[in-house]
Amino acid sequence: MGMMKIFKRKKIQGIDDTHYLTLKEEIRISKENNKIIRQFERRKARRNVDESEYLTQMRDPSNVVEFDELHTYFYTEVGTVKAVNGVSFDIPEGKIIGVVGESGCGKSVTSLSLMQLVQAPQGQIVSGSIRYKASDGKCYDVTKMPTSEMLKIRGKDIAMIFQEPMTSLNPVFRIGEQMDEVVLLHDSSATPESARKRSIEMLNLVGIAMADKVYSSYPHELSGGMRQRVMIAMALSCDPRLIIADEPTTALDVTIQAQILDLLRSVMNRINGSIMLITHDLGVIAEMADEVVVMYAGRIIEKGSVREIFHNPRHPYTIGLMKSKPGKATQGERLYSIKGQVPNPINMPDHCYFYNRCDHRMEICSKAYPEMLQFSPTHFSSCYLYDENKVGDTKNVKESE
Amino acid sequence: MENDKKDMNDNILVVNNLKKYYPVSRLSFGTKAFVKAVDDVSLSIKRGTTMGLVGESGCGKTTIGRTILRLHEVTGGQVLFDGIDLAKIPTRKLRKMRPQMQMIFQDPYSSLSPRLPIGEIIGEAVRDHKIVPKSEYRQYIVKVMKDCGLQPQYFYRYPHEFSGGQRQRISIARAVALKPRFIICDEPVSALDVSIQSQIINLMMDLQEQFGYTYLFISHDLSVVEHISDTIGVMYLGSMVETGDKKLVFSNPMHPYTKALLSAVPVSDPDIKMNRIILKGDIPSPVNPPSGCKFRTRCQSCMKICSEKVPVLKEYEKGHSVACHLYSEN
Amino acid sequence: MQNDNIEKHDMGMNNEAESSIEENFRVISPGRMVAKRFFKSKLSVAGLLMIIFVFLFSFIGPVIVNHTWGYQETQVFKIERISDMVSTADFIAADGRTYTYYDKSQTVVVFKAPPSSEHWLGTDTSGFDILTRLMYGGRISLAISFIVIILETIIGIIFGGLAGYFGKWVDQLIMRVVDTFACLPSIPILLVLSAAISSIESIPAEHRIYYLMASLTLMGWTGVARIVRGQILMLREQEYMMAAETTGISPLNKIFRHLVPNTMPQLIVSATLGLGGVILYESTLSYLGLGVPFPRAAWGSMIALADPSRGQEILANYPNMWVPAGILIVVTVLGFSFIGDGLRDAFDPRMKR
Repeated sequence: MGMMKIFKRKKIQGIDDTHYLTLKEEIRISKENNKIIRQFERRKARRNVDESEYLTQMRDPSNVVEFDELHTYFYTEVGTVKAVNGVSFDIPEGKIIGVVGESGCGKSVTSLSLMQLVQAPQGQIVSGSIRYKASDGKCYDVTKMPTSEMLKIRGKDIAMIFQEPMTSLNPVFRIGEQMDEVVLLHDSSATPESARKRSIEMLNLVGIAMADKVYSSYPHELSGGMRQRVMIAMALSCDPRLIIADEPTTALDVTIQAQILDLLRSVMNRINGSIMLITHDLGVIAEMADEVVVMYAGRIIEKGSVREIFHNPRHPYTIGLMKSKPGKATQGERLYSIKGQVPNPINMPDHCYFYNRCDHRMEICSKAYPEMLQFSPTHFSSCYLYDENKVGDTKNVKESE
Repeated sequence: MENDKKDMNDNILVVNNLKKYYPVSRLSFGTKAFVKAVDDVSLSIKRGTTMGLVGESGCGKTTIGRTILRLHEVTGGQVLFDGIDLAKIPTRKLRKMRPQMQMIFQDPYSSLSPRLPIGEIIGEAVRDHKIVPKSEYRQYIVKVMKDCGLQPQYFYRYPHEFSGGQRQRISIARAVALKPRFIICDEPVSALDVSIQSQIINLMMDLQEQFGYTYLFISHDLSVVEHISDTIGVMYLGSMVETGDKKLVFSNPMHPYTKALLSAVPVSDPDIKMNRIILKGDIPSPVNPPSGCKFRTRCQSCMKICSEKVPVLKEYEKGHSVACHLYSEN
Repeated sequence: MQNDNIEKHDMGMNNEAESSIEENFRVISPGRMVAKRFFKSKLSVAGLLMIIFVFLFSFIGPVIVNHTWGYQETQVFKIERISDMVSTADFIAADGRTYTYYDKSQTVVVFKAPPSSEHWLGTDTSGFDILTRLMYGGRISLAISFIVIILETIIGIIFGGLAGYFGKWVDQLIMRVVDTFACLPSIPILLVLSAAISSIESIPAEHRIYYLMASLTLMGWTGVARIVRGQILMLREQEYMMAAETTGISPLNKIFRHLVPNTMPQLIVSATLGLGGVILYESTLSYLGLGVPFPRAAWGSMIALADPSRGQEILANYPNMWVPAGILIVVTVLGFSFIGDGLRDAFDPRMKR
């Protein structure tokens, strides 16, 4: 008898009843979303916005981009997803910034916010600013810019390379046509001939041997590695000041990944720009980045130079990530693993987001969100473990079960 | 003869000269071309051990897994599972044998039927094959779910309510519930987040310890393979280029491809600058592979003989074989 | 005993789950998601309202009418009214002038009563109450269309499923049969079939309706079979089918537990869109006198009263006899189309546009 009781869906302690939203809650969420979204969309659609409204000053003139307390939320049917929840970091000129984190941590949304490409109307930049120093010396706040102005920057000053090179190239046009289009769009003085010359030059630059042949082929005729090279060539064709590479090698094989990373590095030296490298692969970060930003559930939990992050990680999540990577040292033994699941950033609690998965959690961790602590001029982390004011609480360290 | 017998008992799976060709339609008449997805591959796996199969996309590692389980028909060769040739037995018998050999798939999103609740996904085949008596069925499923780190109240939930890691646990539970002896893991962790990867790897190793499973672990991630396997096979364009004990292969890679592959893995230490061997070009099309050694187009130590003769897999030290002309005596 | 253990354990797990961070959000059930997208579109809501109206009208309507007035479907009302007939004719008399000749006669008519408070839409040529017959006609049209669609779907699933799953010669055979059926012109075939059925005297008139359903099903199942086959061919390549194959469950289980449920969204959409089609066919046949036999009511046969080949009189002078039936057919067919479109978008938002 008891058997049946367990398996009757509704009778299990009411858990499954609460797993789904009730109709009432759902309607309430939709109503709230619609209200908020309408507000944001109205502001974005304004015309003839005065330039002074989005002109600003860089905090440090040697930076290309400064993210300052950026909040990007998604108003979804099941609640507000705080995809980026107070992110601040700088991209200095001529450096590679690695942004690392797991799926859903907000690393891609951060870069999309910079391009104003967050999927509207659900996704909206709620507050904070992204300061961008354009090639003309002016400094814009991207979050306040109207879309029409943004078009001038997108693709020219800031270029993007995506994870899946097959889906980011249009399958019905030849490679050359797509590349020429980019050049013609952003350079008003370009003629079809000069665009063609430029495209072929770029294809040569990214190490494509038969540039003429590739120029006149269709995307499906190329291999994955080739397509990614084409994407890089396309990104380079307008002399961008910043390249955003979103998981550029995740879909590629190791040997091809090595080629592409090599290429990216050499390209970096050629153009005088910066790269924002987004990836989940710590190995790629260690190899490429100068500075590293570690994100977790929409927040930066640790940032610092690549050596600081890899030799002296502070946040338990960063430490856990490093330890859980299998390899030579771990052969045959049990791997260290962070327990639990990657959190779904809906209805996040106020305490540290890593609280439930953390081995070093203390009582204070379940209270306010920890503040950023500074360890060196470049190294920051937000964890109570290192907060000396709160050090009294370390007695309460709970051992993991 | 005696040796053969001993081999049989020791190895749960012996694959001899397995071939899997797919016909491709050509525009011109008459000529029939084949994609040689798996071309003359032999391997054997000892009971209770893990064999890692590495290679890049298109090297046939997934096809070999599916062909061993005869999810694809076999073109040629033998697949001896406990001495029974799976390539030849009739489908009805094969269906009865299926529970003994299971598979875990790469994509946790497409490998679970979207319209069946979790309990049903795991338990369906258990009922079909009468793995446990009817009276114990529910308890058994709950036990399997617990073994795989799933909570019993998930029984009536649907796959779309779970994250990738949990879905992969469901996929593992489905395989484990049938009390298999041999499990093919086709890139089980490559679609997962780093922190979840280690959980799943640990789960799989725990289950192996507990129930003595034999794994064929297919992956493109060398560090995962290095962690989990006892022996290793490296594939390139449908052929096995190097195989042997894990320690021997990783400490002393012999085939130029293995060397390049190993050197290409990024290391999580900014101060170690690898002496990287960067291969030229792309993997050739498997419809029209290079003559002789298939790797010669990208090989740095390519010789004249490489384009003329196909190298065969030969043992160069105990438990370490390689197919490369560099190591042939003359 | 063991059961209790499990239960206890179960609760322990629940508590853990409640406190963990990854369980702190809830999702919308897939059914509700579909409902939400469906109700977002105004057109589908309009379609739903139309169909609800037609259903209430046809199934609750007769009950109300019967209760208040006591009218039946085939009750004849003889309402006497005096009809003036005035005819004129011109003729040239012997004196060469033109005269107009007036002939006024009065007759007592019992049928074709105009709308009144007792008979809102009047009565027809046989003295039946039109409103009541509209309701009964709707009842039969809806019943026929639902039964036909259900039969079509069942037959389509079986044949499409077999063709898609087994492939090879099974597929060839079934699909060629489907092609043959699909290329037959349906209206002529239905006409021939219906005429044949009505000419067989051993079939009683009341049973003719079942044969009508059978012939409609025969002509319609091929569409469903094609949809199911196409879907199954696509689903067969999914990884979860590969997984089902490795677990070694029986082919029947694979078809009916893994494949068919996944074709359901498409089937529901095509069935909804098909309902309107069947109503149209049924009306056409009834209009031609080969559908629902007299004296049973059907929308098609009610419109047929205005058939110009039987004289212009009703078409011109009695719109109350045929316009309402026409409106109801349009409303029903449109309603089903709107719902079908809405469902398609709701099941698969990518298919929009």
